[in-house]
Amino acid sequence: MSDPPRARIVVAGPPNAGKTSLFNALTGARARTGNYPGITVDRRTAELTLGETRLELVDVPGTYSLSARSKEEQIAIDEVLPRAGRQPSAAIFVADASALERHLYLALQLLETRLPTILCLNMVDDMREHGIVVDAEALARELGIVVIAVSARTGEGLDRLRAAIGVLARRVEKADGERAGPTIELALPPPLEEALARVELAIEAAWPAPSALSKPRADARRAALARWALLSIGGDELDDVPGALREVVERERREAEAEGGATLEEALVTARYAYVDRVAAKVISRAGQRARASERIDAVLTHPLLGLLAFAAVMAVVFQALFAWSEPMMSGIEEAVATTQGFVRAVMPAGPLGELLVDGVIAGVGNVIVFVPQIAMLSLFIVLLEDSGYLARVAFVIDRVMHGVGLHGGAFVPMLSGFACAVPAIMATRTIANRRDRLVTMMALPLMSCSARLPIYALVTAIVFPPGTKTSIGVEAGALALLSMYALSVSATLGAAAVLKRTILKGETPPLLLELPPYRVPQLGSVARAVAQRTRSFLWDAGTIIAAITVVLWALLSYPRDAAGEAELDARARASAHLEDRAERDEAIEAIEHARAELRMEHSVGGHLGHLMEPLIAPLGFDWKIGIGILASFAAREVFVGTLGIVYGVGTDADETSDSLRDRLRAAERGDGSALFTPLSGVSLMVFFVLAAQCMSTLAAIKRESGSWRWAIFTLVYMNTLAYLAALLVYQGGRLLGFS
Amino acid sequence: MPPRTVADLRVGQTGHVQRIAGDGPLHRRLLELGLLRGTPVRVVRIAPLGDPIQLEVRGGSLSIRHDDAHAICLICGERERA
Repeated sequence: MSDPPRARIVVAGPPNAGKTSLFNALTGARARTGNYPGITVDRRTAELTLGETRLELVDVPGTYSLSARSKEEQIAIDEVLPRAGRQPSAAIFVADASALERHLYLALQLLETRLPTILCLNMVDDMREHGIVVDAEALARELGIVVIAVSARTGEGLDRLRAAIGVLARRVEKADGERAGPTIELALPPPLEEALARVELAIEAAWPAPSALSKPRADARRAALARWALLSIGGDELDDVPGALREVVERERREAEAEGGATLEEALVTARYAYVDRVAAKVISRAGQRARASERIDAVLTHPLLGLLAFAAVMAVVFQALFAWSEPMMSGIEEAVATTQGFVRAVMPAGPLGELLVDGVIAGVGNVIVFVPQIAMLSLFIVLLEDSGYLARVAFVIDRVMHGVGLHGGAFVPMLSGFACAVPAIMATRTIANRRDRLVTMMALPLMSCSARLPIYALVTAIVFPPGTKTSIGVEAGALALLSMYALSVSATLGAAAVLKRTILKGETPPLLLELPPYRVPQLGSVARAVAQRTRSFLWDAGTIIAAITVVLWALLSYPRDAAGEAELDARARASAHLEDRAERDEAIEAIEHARAELRMEHSVGGHLGHLMEPLIAPLGFDWKIGIGILASFAAREVFVGTLGIVYGVGTDADETSDSLRDRLRAAERGDGSALFTPLSGVSLMVFFVLAAQCMSTLAAIKRESGSWRWAIFTLVYMNTLAYLAALLVYQGGRLLGFS
Repeated sequence: MPPRTVADLRVGQTGHVQRIAGDGPLHRRLLELGLLRGTPVRVVRIAPLGDPIQLEVRGGSLSIRHDDAHAICLICGERERA
């Protein structure tokens, strides 16, 4: 960077203090606003010019304290109190004015670092409604810093805040790292003070102060890091803490324990709260006790019976929206893609280039945008639930169930969404704060039976359990099979989550400490911004991968070609063109086109792979044609049906309801003349599709959301291995038991 | 028997923290959330499925699982109705 270093101002605060809305109000950046603890995951920065001063504003993830147990929690602390590298120039601390008492604890920790700070009392409009009065001037006097009351929502106080930031930035610009905030004197008991002094020596050895810092700032930084160490080290997952520092902290704890009395941690936190309580008593007063609206809403929404009903109703609406309301839009997109393909096919000269464009590129783009309605719909619901405060209640209500498989209640909405489509569901895992839980959820939920599996179940049950087939207990066999597939998918999802949580993503589960934020009316602008941002991030990051794989799959299933076979079909087509009877001619041409599609697929790389796969999949009851279908369905599961249509010569337009395809498949035989589709091989095929990761879009979404191909490939391998073994067990086990 | 930990409190009951058991991350986290000696803790409600429990601490709402609530020891013999 050739630019001179600008003042870097960190915007810090606890979750649910409206920090992100304030950041947006100051910068106009397209950023996410929420109401669920810990939603800011990405680091967001913005450049701001105030008068002549240019500065960099950093949106720090919400945190309750400047101590950490996990790497995710440490992200926020490393912005405010970096152990190495560039130190921030100043801070803006954002507190919810109505919850100042609780937010002062973090504010105090920030002041302990002696970073020049502005305290921003956010949501003052809310505060007045609650009958709370905060004396901002008294607070400024007590803490020795600038305090400004604002409301990011109404814009109140923002001009004063901008002016104050401008003044602060100009000051620190002249002397970055030299200017220090006020000193905060905590009344620490002598044994704690001595212990901290010894920890400070270890801190200085581990992370020496950068030379740019003035002595007061360097001293305060070292002291703050010693306190951080005392409250962070031990049972943590911070992998970049030197062993020597750990030993010092643990030794100090042991020695204090031997002395008896309060632990060092308790003494430190108690001293801080004594300070906080003293300040709070001076500046906060309550004009009157008002029953808060949130309390009344919670009396219903978390009620033992009504709460469960409300929960079921909200989830039913989300589910219905994903499943049914997005359907017309998705069909519309599919039709538009088909129309475009038809148009391009008509205007382009026939040949490889036109086919690449139509069946590769346009189909690929179509495969991406077809997800947009569901992603936008689910994002909309999640943002509404999050911003209104209900998402935290979802976690509260359903935590017990999710805890059973080792997850947090917050994993429920993504898992449920998996019934509609894994792609938006994987994007919805962003609301899960713990990285391990998030990975477990996104890798388990593709086992939920998504709507793209339905056409396969419909086709297979129609073939092997025609309507009227009853089981011994008098239920329609097809309905029972369908129900069993859903039951299998739910048990497999929960089972996989439990196993992943206990094996490769093992680690101490962080305790559930859930804040139920006050209910708020979501703001239209921030909701729209969040939905647009999520949809855009899908289109660019996952969409490009999906489009590229579509083209590759198309090529694999179209090339190489059989020149002799093509020439023969061309000759037949020429001959048919002379037929007098129009109906007869059309029929002949259609038959030739079906034969051509079948020929191309058979001769393609994919066709050869299908043959090569046959020995591998024969024990599952499948033949090479099904093998081609499985390969092709990697583009999207429902493609399996169309592919069988092609390899069985009934054309490219066959769907699960077409009689010609069903009849053809019912009549299909194996090499030995026995029927290919039997109830047993049908169930085996369905079980395979319940469990297999036959969906490149899912894998692209996992890659996008986990940040690495590693987890995407792992998902592909574990799900397909599971699918293979389960189908093998069904088919071979079934045969041993005498089924066919 | 008087409630010994927050896990023993019934809905609406308040207890005063005596200490947080253990010395691990949960111990430190609960301290930092303001659960110090003498701090009143009220059980607001229990989730519809029986877990977690919602507490009121320092005017804020905090929900924790029943198992973890065992770590919050109360000053014995003291019990108040809200």
